[in-house]
Amino acid sequence: MTVTAEKLTETPTQTPLVTMRLWRGDATGGCFVDYEVEASEGEVVLDVVHRVQATQAPDLAVRWNCKAGKCGSCSAEVNGRPRLMCMTRMSTLPPGEAVTIAPMKTFPILKDLVSDVSFNYVVARQIPPLAPRPREADGTHRIAQVDIDRVQEFHKCIECFLCQDVCHVIRDHEGNKAHFAGPRFFVRAAALEMHPLDTLDRRPLLRHHLGLAYCNITKCCTEVCPVGIKITDNSIIPLKERVVDGYFDPIAWLGRKIRRKPARTPVTEPLAPQATAGANGPRPGRRSPGEA
Amino acid sequence: MSTLEQRAPAVAPSPIPVHLGGVRGGPKAATLRRDRWWVAPVLTVSALLAFVGYSTWAAFQNRDYYVGAAMHRDYLSPFYSPCITANCQVKFGPVIGSWWQISPAILILIFPLGFRLTCYYYRRSYYRSFLWAPPACAVADARPRYSGESRFPLIFQNVHRYFFYFGVIFNVILTYDAVEAFRFPGDGGIGVGVGTLIFVVNAVLLWLYSLSCHSCRHLCGGQVNSFSSHPIRYAVWKRLTPLNRRHMLFAWMSLFWVAFTDVYVRLVASGAIHDPKLF
Repeated sequence: MTVTAEKLTETPTQTPLVTMRLWRGDATGGCFVDYEVEASEGEVVLDVVHRVQATQAPDLAVRWNCKAGKCGSCSAEVNGRPRLMCMTRMSTLPPGEAVTIAPMKTFPILKDLVSDVSFNYVVARQIPPLAPRPREADGTHRIAQVDIDRVQEFHKCIECFLCQDVCHVIRDHEGNKAHFAGPRFFVRAAALEMHPLDTLDRRPLLRHHLGLAYCNITKCCTEVCPVGIKITDNSIIPLKERVVDGYFDPIAWLGRKIRRKPARTPVTEPLAPQATAGANGPRPGRRSPGEA
Repeated sequence: MSTLEQRAPAVAPSPIPVHLGGVRGGPKAATLRRDRWWVAPVLTVSALLAFVGYSTWAAFQNRDYYVGAAMHRDYLSPFYSPCITANCQVKFGPVIGSWWQISPAILILIFPLGFRLTCYYYRRSYYRSFLWAPPACAVADARPRYSGESRFPLIFQNVHRYFFYFGVIFNVILTYDAVEAFRFPGDGGIGVGVGTLIFVVNAVLLWLYSLSCHSCRHLCGGQVNSFSSHPIRYAVWKRLTPLNRRHMLFAWMSLFWVAFTDVYVRLVASGAIHDPKLF
């Protein structure tokens, strides 16, 4: 492509101003603050937030790392929808309106747009990792490609926790965090349960401790997943069906008895203690503090 | 050489202290969404109420559900098939005796209704639009308490696969009805009318809806961890998966079409319209 001299000497057009309405505050309180800032063509929300930080609000707290939708750090709520700021183009937002950015609602706030997501790490530690069957005679584990293809989808997860944020089971009911793992960890459990080498049966854990039955499959987690994992269809519903196999289906029970298949080792207790409600935390079933 | 088994940590990791109930950020609003998130629940409520209203009315009519030999056709409304009570106008013979006095459709519709009521797609739809749990993504639940499908009565959603089995039986019967719709008694024997095409499309859509069901996908192969050891189940699972992605589409299309088929039969049976014979 050739660039003419006229193009090179062309006066740049005026960069349009946008209003960024950012949540400013911490655990003691906060409010939205409007910032008028330039936004160039092709920019994403995170670019413009950084411009606010560079030009008008140097103390603005925003978590980010890769700016490429791979690290899952810049999760926030853009115009009320959980999204990665680095993957949300400004051109996709309604023109002429303020862009509202709030921290993830489901987790406690640290400062401004940064949330404390450590709840997820507690849940992660409760799920037993892969327990592979013994190696073959030549010391290897052989897996056919068709056996591993299905769980590869689940390994795409970048742990942005947007699915956890949008899940109403914990978003609107803080008390459920004590007995509900959330979509991200159902994806994790599905990856382990469907793994061809695994020898554990996590269904008792899913039913009694991780709260699989609390999910009412409204598919919001699938809608917000930035890497396109079909969380509900490919992990949660198959897990629910596996729980039905184990607990609610007499024909499946009879089949197991007749065939006498070697059972996998059931996991009945989580590995690490579950999170507990703090002294000032709400009772189970009560609405969260950030709710109308 | 280290192995996965050998790499087990010597000391168990200490748990991260987390206290629930921390102060959340953002405003105290039910939602910050400014788009028209309410459109989908409104459309869903409207469509489902319209279907429930029509099907209830049609089920209690107990007439105009069969176009028989007098009109040189063999069309039985899917709402009344299989017609198994003694007071039926047609077919199958009385499985249920004359003590059943009300419309046979009441007896039959329990199974398709149960299949759709416990269907994973419809659950999503009515949880969102009727129960507002939640009404839309990132919009607050309407109720302060929530236990999902962990308790009575919603724990009974787990019977979905049994309704699926019944659904398959009904599909076989409705496929038989579609084949019967090619019969033109007293009018050349075999042919194709507009009604025939409607019945064939109805059977196809119901099969697509049933085969795209999540329980079907699981039972046919999804429950297997090692596909390479079960090649036939893998082949079936692989073919059902693309259908499963369109389960919502088939759910709505089959719902609409089964009602449309009943409307058509009802109009022809009552003499309001004539069923044209195409060839």
